[in-house]
Amino acid sequence: MRGTIVVDTERCKGCNLCVVACPLKIIRLSQRQVNRKGYPFAEQLAPGMCTGCTSCAIVCPDGCISVYRTR
Amino acid sequence: MTTNQEIIKPENLVYRKPRLLNDTPMHYCPGCGHSVVHKLIAEVIDEMGMQEDAIGISPVGCAVFAYSYIDIDWIEAAHGRAPAIACAAKRLNPGKLVFTYQGDGDLAGIGAAEAIHSLNRGDNIVIIYVNNAIYGMTGGQMAPTTLMGMKTSTCPYGRQASLHGYPLKVTEMAAMMEGTCYVTRQAVSRVAYIRKAKQALRKAFEYSMQGKGSSIVEFVSTCSSGWKMSPEAANQWMEDNMFPYYKLGDLKDKQN
Ligand SMILES: Cc1ncc(C[n+]2csc(CCOP(=O)(O)OP(=O)(O)O)c2C)c(N)n1
Ligand code: SF4
Ligand code: SF4
Ligand code: SF4
Ligand SMILES: [Mg+2]
Repeated sequence: MRGTIVVDTERCKGCNLCVVACPLKIIRLSQRQVNRKGYPFAEQLAPGMCTGCTSCAIVCPDGCISVYRTR
Repeated sequence: MTTNQEIIKPENLVYRKPRLLNDTPMHYCPGCGHSVVHKLIAEVIDEMGMQEDAIGISPVGCAVFAYSYIDIDWIEAAHGRAPAIACAAKRLNPGKLVFTYQGDGDLAGIGAAEAIHSLNRGDNIVIIYVNNAIYGMTGGQMAPTTLMGMKTSTCPYGRQASLHGYPLKVTEMAAMMEGTCYVTRQAVSRVAYIRKAKQALRKAFEYSMQGKGSSIVEFVSTCSSGWKMSPEAANQWMEDNMFPYYKLGDLKDKQN
């Protein structure tokens, strides 16, 4: 199973809950950039590893994450 | 190997922001439980095909602007009075799905009488009760639900029984009332809890449409700003301190 996420970085509030929820620990908050509201935003590391499990997106309070998955 | 561009196609989409949650940025603090509960409401109403037939009653409290975020009909109530408005809305429109959305200050404090009498009357509405044990909106004052020993801006040394009494368990009270059909306590801090909570919300909405009586779905929640913690630490604090007192699960389910 291969997956990937697309983050609405302008909607993201940098709460870090997706980072905590990802079982593979492949999300982090941006280190040097912030969005227009001043929040660091979620970005996916090692995109090749994502399984598209949707955990990050389900816990994201603001609905910023879309998840895609192929077999 | 498949590249990301090959994966990102409409037919591979498995999760996105609920359709009924519009693009208006929610004003809630980062990581606030209110936002997750909003997502679930939007998902469940959409899955039930009730967008045109749902009426929400929003509270006074942080969720006062709920009507700006979920694309259904809403009425904004005075502080604590949402169940009275919901009762009227449901009686005038029995075919509509009517629910209130209330915080613990709104419901267990100033609006305790409205909530109790609506539950007891069996109004065929759903009360969505977001309990973060504090008055979030006004700056983190003690609520009726504040835990023993918990510090807030109005009990800086912690809640004490001799001075403040005990945290009120509205949901346990609701379970004892003849008018209620479904009484449950849920949380939204983890994927597994969120999945369960969504099913609970759907059941409550369905029971109200079947005319079984009133339901209350309590969400034990967080207030990272009022509690002065990161969202992650607030979720952990909630699980460690709120769950033992406000136990998760169904308290009552009148299936027939
Ligand atoms: C009649 C009246 N009294 C007091 C207030 C001030 N007030 C606004 S919100 C609130 C409490 C909100 O707490 P809660 O319902 O727990 O919501 P939260 O913000 O924690 O989600 C109070 C006391 C008011 N707006 N109207
Ligand atoms: S979909 Fe699953 S594996 Fe992929 S980033 Fe989100 S939580 Fe991690
Ligand atoms: S959970 Fe959502 S809002 Fe929070 S950091 Fe992740 S993408 Fe941003
Ligand atoms: S003050 Fe508390 S309840 Fe209100 S939005 Fe912020 S975290 Fe949520
Ligand atoms: Mg509150």
